[in-house]
Amino acid sequence: MSAHLQPTGSAYFIAKETEVAETHTLSVLVDNEPGVLARVIGLFSGRGYNIESLTVSETEHAAHLSRITIVTRGTPHVLDQIKNQLERLVPVHRVVDLTVRAATLGHDRPVERELALVKVHGSGDQRVEALRLADAFRASVIDANIDHFVFEITGKPAKIEQFIAIMKPLGLIEVCRTGIAAMNRGPQGM
Amino acid sequence: MSGTENQMTGAEIVLQALKDNGVEHIFGYPGGAVLPIYDEIHQQEDIQHILVRHEQGAGHMAEGYARSTGKVGVMLVTSGPGATNAVTPLQDALMDSIPLVCISGQVPTSLIGSDAFQECDTIGITRPCTKHNWLVRDVNDLARIIHEAFRIAQSGRPGPVVVDIPKDVQFATGTYTPPSAVPAQKSYQPKTQGDLKKIEEAVELMKTARRPIIYSGGGVVNSGPQASTLLRELVELTDFPITSTLMGLGAYPASGKNWLGMLGMHGTYEANMAMHDCDVMVCIGARFDDRITGRLNAFSPNSKKIHIDIDPSSINKNVRVDVPILGDVGSVLEDMVRLWRAAKKADDKARLADWWEGIVKWRARNSLAYAANDDVIMPQYAIQRLYELSKGRDTYITTEVGQHQMWAAQFFGFEQPNRWMTSGGLGTMGYGFPAAIGVQVAHPNSLVVDIAGDASIQMCIQEMSCAVQYGLPVKIFILNNQYMGMVRQWQQLLHGNRLSHSYTEAMPDFVKLAEAYGGVGIRCDKPSELDAAIRKMIDTPAPVIFDCRVANLANCFPMIPSGKAHNEMLLPDEATDEAVANAIDAKGRQLV
Repeated sequence: MSAHLQPTGSAYFIAKETEVAETHTLSVLVDNEPGVLARVIGLFSGRGYNIESLTVSETEHAAHLSRITIVTRGTPHVLDQIKNQLERLVPVHRVVDLTVRAATLGHDRPVERELALVKVHGSGDQRVEALRLADAFRASVIDANIDHFVFEITGKPAKIEQFIAIMKPLGLIEVCRTGIAAMNRGPQGM
Repeated sequence: MSGTENQMTGAEIVLQALKDNGVEHIFGYPGGAVLPIYDEIHQQEDIQHILVRHEQGAGHMAEGYARSTGKVGVMLVTSGPGATNAVTPLQDALMDSIPLVCISGQVPTSLIGSDAFQECDTIGITRPCTKHNWLVRDVNDLARIIHEAFRIAQSGRPGPVVVDIPKDVQFATGTYTPPSAVPAQKSYQPKTQGDLKKIEEAVELMKTARRPIIYSGGGVVNSGPQASTLLRELVELTDFPITSTLMGLGAYPASGKNWLGMLGMHGTYEANMAMHDCDVMVCIGARFDDRITGRLNAFSPNSKKIHIDIDPSSINKNVRVDVPILGDVGSVLEDMVRLWRAAKKADDKARLADWWEGIVKWRARNSLAYAANDDVIMPQYAIQRLYELSKGRDTYITTEVGQHQMWAAQFFGFEQPNRWMTSGGLGTMGYGFPAAIGVQVAHPNSLVVDIAGDASIQMCIQEMSCAVQYGLPVKIFILNNQYMGMVRQWQQLLHGNRLSHSYTEAMPDFVKLAEAYGGVGIRCDKPSELDAAIRKMIDTPAPVIFDCRVANLANCFPMIPSGKAHNEMLLPDEATDEAVANAIDAKGRQLV
């Protein structure tokens, strides 16, 4: 998706964007109805906003509510727009910028965790080294054969990035990541 | 009806729900996937169906109907091509905030996804061009969804919605629930009441302003007649000068003494200069569109900006404002007028004296001037005559898109809201004529004129057949210059006068065309005969195509060329061929 963000799609806006882009994590509470994810994603692609990570799942079954967690990047002005545009969608109940909320609560950032499955193929010393490192990262083995492992690892995205990078020379085959699940610290809900 | 009172077929539910939402007219076109609904229409008399000739026409008619009445417009189309043809009016209504309910037929649920005959993913296609849309899979949800559709279309910032109904759901029997029994959704709750603190802050700013301006837009019209009354009251109380966007014309009367004319790309010199030089700008129900602001980083550089809007995403979108007020224009204006009255000071008039003196000088620049001609009808003159000769009548004006649209906005004076229907945001050629038919359906005894261009009118000309069928005496006033005038004007500005495909070589004979459809055709090419011809048009109790032959190469000024600021306008007397050719620099060339 576009790295350089104009405030809107119109070519009229040649004013230089002087604000610096920031990465923020948004929590969006929506009705769990058909097409709701398409509405959210369509809004991002249609207006040229970035999606760096997106996760969605029903979180309140009785009320048919799903929680979408989106990591996006933009200037503060664009981030405001994203929030306002999301709130305009009919099935959207609430939008909370967790990164902004974390700052007001005096925290560095919200709690953000991700799960990854990492498949590694190898034998001999390489295989031993992979297992040893997985242990150091507190990754668990969920499937193994004589010449491969599937590790399950959870943690901050940076930790997972690091683990994947380390596994690369040790026979990395494939990776599957869930995207970020996030909430703020403290007793209050979103 | 079978069984208990509330048991109905899906098609019956559609009709009942429309009635219960106050619908009297719908615009539509039948087809395989909506036949059950058409069968129900045939068996009742409360709702009149207007048969169009193309679904795009149905949409624009519903838009014209909605904008001239303040009610929700309703269109009915079949699946597949019926729905895809509705996309243009849906996007048009989305951009101009027109409440529109589109009911579309869909292939039976068992066939969805099978590439069935006349199947398309209507919900997928219309998702980005509606406020919201629904696919009804269960007949028991149908009534609730239609009631929700009407609520969403007209609440908050109005807009279009689509209800897609598979054919088997139209046949199935289910329970009807009346609107009163359907609770509003929990999620979509637009805020209408403005924050009183912010309004107080705005009034404080306005009280100390020395060079204020009110910049109003279509939101005032959408908010209802009360908002226009309050706007007039606010202008009267404050003595602030007022300008308006294309969409907002009529909210403040063109004859009002504080009126500066329209602003923006083809706005008046006084309106744009006042916007540029003001110290406090009160934006009411407008959205800082690119046609309004010109070059953003030079837009009204020294002003404090107050912005009243019901849509939070409009605030701070293009222009950062100092006092944002989220709420319905009518409600906020009521508070604002009340606070202003309470805080009124005696020296108001003196405080603004210098500002008004400057405005009078800008006005004297007479930026709408054009060279009169005795031999050829100037397009501006044609609009002026149409305006003068329709004065005192109950008149509604629609337009297509292009030069004629801008001339109509510049030269036709609107005294009331809801009298001016034009495609502002999307700029849809072909909008004006069907919109005029929709207006005429709502106001059968009024004078409804579509001011058209020779190119635009041909995009929905087939609706002549509709106008004739229902005896709707709509007047099409074509400013015929044989060019796509605005395209040609931009080619002159940007592309070295290379007029690529902007000249229409095989123009139809519009008089014969009118007659072929069973309407009346009038042609005029002499200024001396124009008044009589216009009078004849107005007095004809039938659809009329008026082929007004105007100066072929007239251009629309004043103009803010692309990439320029409000104070860098191209004025008519300065617009020599050379000035036109060099008006836009390399950077501006890329802009739309």
